[in-house]
Amino acid sequence: MRILNRQPDSVTRLLLPMLPFVLILAAYGFASSARLAVNPDDKLLPNLASLADAVHRFAFMADRRTGDYLMLNDTLASLTRLLSGLAISTLIAGVFGIAIGMIPYLRSLLASVLAAISLIPPLAILPIIFIVAGLGEASKITLIVIGTAPFLLRDLAMRVQELPSEEIIKAQTLGGSTWQIALRVVVPQMLPRLLDAVRLSLGSAWLFLISAEAIAAESGLGYRIFLVRRYFAMDVILPYVAWITFLAFMLDYLLRVVQRSALPWFALGRGR
Amino acid sequence: MTTVVVQNVWKQYGDRVVIEALNFEIAPHAFVALVGPSGCGKTTFLRMLMSMEKPSQGQILVDGQPLPPEPTAERGVVFQRYSVFPHLTVLGNVILGHEFAQARFTGRLFGGARRRAIEEARRLIASVGLGEAERKYPAQLSGGMQQRLALAQALIKRPKILLLDEPFGALDPGIRGDIHQLMLKLWIETEMTVVMVTHDLPEAFRLGTRVLAFERSARAVEEPNRFGAVITHDIEVWPPKPTRKAVAGGWTERHPERDDPTGKGTGRDDSAFTKKDIVTA
Repeated sequence: MRILNRQPDSVTRLLLPMLPFVLILAAYGFASSARLAVNPDDKLLPNLASLADAVHRFAFMADRRTGDYLMLNDTLASLTRLLSGLAISTLIAGVFGIAIGMIPYLRSLLASVLAAISLIPPLAILPIIFIVAGLGEASKITLIVIGTAPFLLRDLAMRVQELPSEEIIKAQTLGGSTWQIALRVVVPQMLPRLLDAVRLSLGSAWLFLISAEAIAAESGLGYRIFLVRRYFAMDVILPYVAWITFLAFMLDYLLRVVQRSALPWFALGRGR
Repeated sequence: MTTVVVQNVWKQYGDRVVIEALNFEIAPHAFVALVGPSGCGKTTFLRMLMSMEKPSQGQILVDGQPLPPEPTAERGVVFQRYSVFPHLTVLGNVILGHEFAQARFTGRLFGGARRRAIEEARRLIASVGLGEAERKYPAQLSGGMQQRLALAQALIKRPKILLLDEPFGALDPGIRGDIHQLMLKLWIETEMTVVMVTHDLPEAFRLGTRVLAFERSARAVEEPNRFGAVITHDIEVWPPKPTRKAVAGGWTERHPERDDPTGKGTGRDDSAFTKKDIVTA
């Protein structure tokens, strides 16, 4: 039988996805014990015991100096920044993206300048942001907004234009004004597409967050990683990276759940 | 009762003439079917009636007034696809017209006003046979049901003119027969004038009171773009469609099963098609 026709059975389908994870962990384990056998003080690939110990120290023990639980503190600080940044971006994209998508005059006024702005590398203007907005929370949130809003906005404006013109004509023959059509026809149909776009920009939002935290911060997941890097503390960095990955996955998953439960018609239209 | 007058209407895109020198009148409460080959300009003409396109020359008058430059609630429309809103339920789609009219700022009705709108919408939904489906989204409906919904949605505004752009073109023949009957019933019950584009001739003659055939004139083969479509046939359909009174008195179509491939099919009720029918008539 051709390989493209072979289907895994149900047990295989359950086990097969785990295989790569197991292999990665096994490879790490071998490499770690090999290095530690040569040099017990090696810091590059700590074994499971020292990883667990680091997690225990950072997540479940109060810091001796401040009395805080560092990992919890870092997580809250980072998530606050990430979510505020994304919320502001989403709001800007929602309002301007839909207006630009719907109104030809606004489109011809703003489309080119937005295309130009979206090409500015956000990290290149990070110094400007630090100078203007200071080193506090505002600058980190601003970087996330500058990094994600142009993509969201342009994507949404394009999605609005993809709406069948029949729908817009029909809405007008039902007596809708521009505002009413925006409110009842365009916005509700754009919400699920906006959620899709936000899911896609989660990756870059994390990138900008961690960059900003690495450069100037007093807490946060990115701050911690770059702080302990000075001591080669791989036993801290690796769990933090795993934790960030898990948080990113959960955010993506939550957005998907919200989309499916709050906007059931969208999943129907996609044939799911 | 609405009269449409088409005065010397031309449409051209650059050098290409699509429609030339259309001149005709549509009587009140007529059901005009526009037929013709693909690309002959019949849809372009319908889009002009919708104000989606402007005539390059000439004008279209509705009750003596030139057409407004944008779509209005006087002219309802049903397209072949995308006529209903995927994010609204059947009920939501139908009450939307009332919500637009009565809630200028929010576009949404609440309380008593909403209940009254729903009541009227329910009658309309029942009359197009979607009573069981009022909570469903369009994606959960078949193609025929979606077009019924589109009709109900357009009719709640009581348009003077209903414009149909190949509305039943994508439906199975059996379903099409049912929806033809519904369309006739709705047209007879209202006072609206209907203009329908179709490329299905039997459909044109079954539904229309008048059939207009568009065709590009072949006057100059070497310069086909210089000549647009003209009306080559203007046919009054016989027998005349029944009146509202006749329908109230129990009129039914003689051969409603004709379009149903599973039915026996007793032949055509318009004698224009086969010799046998002419002989037996």
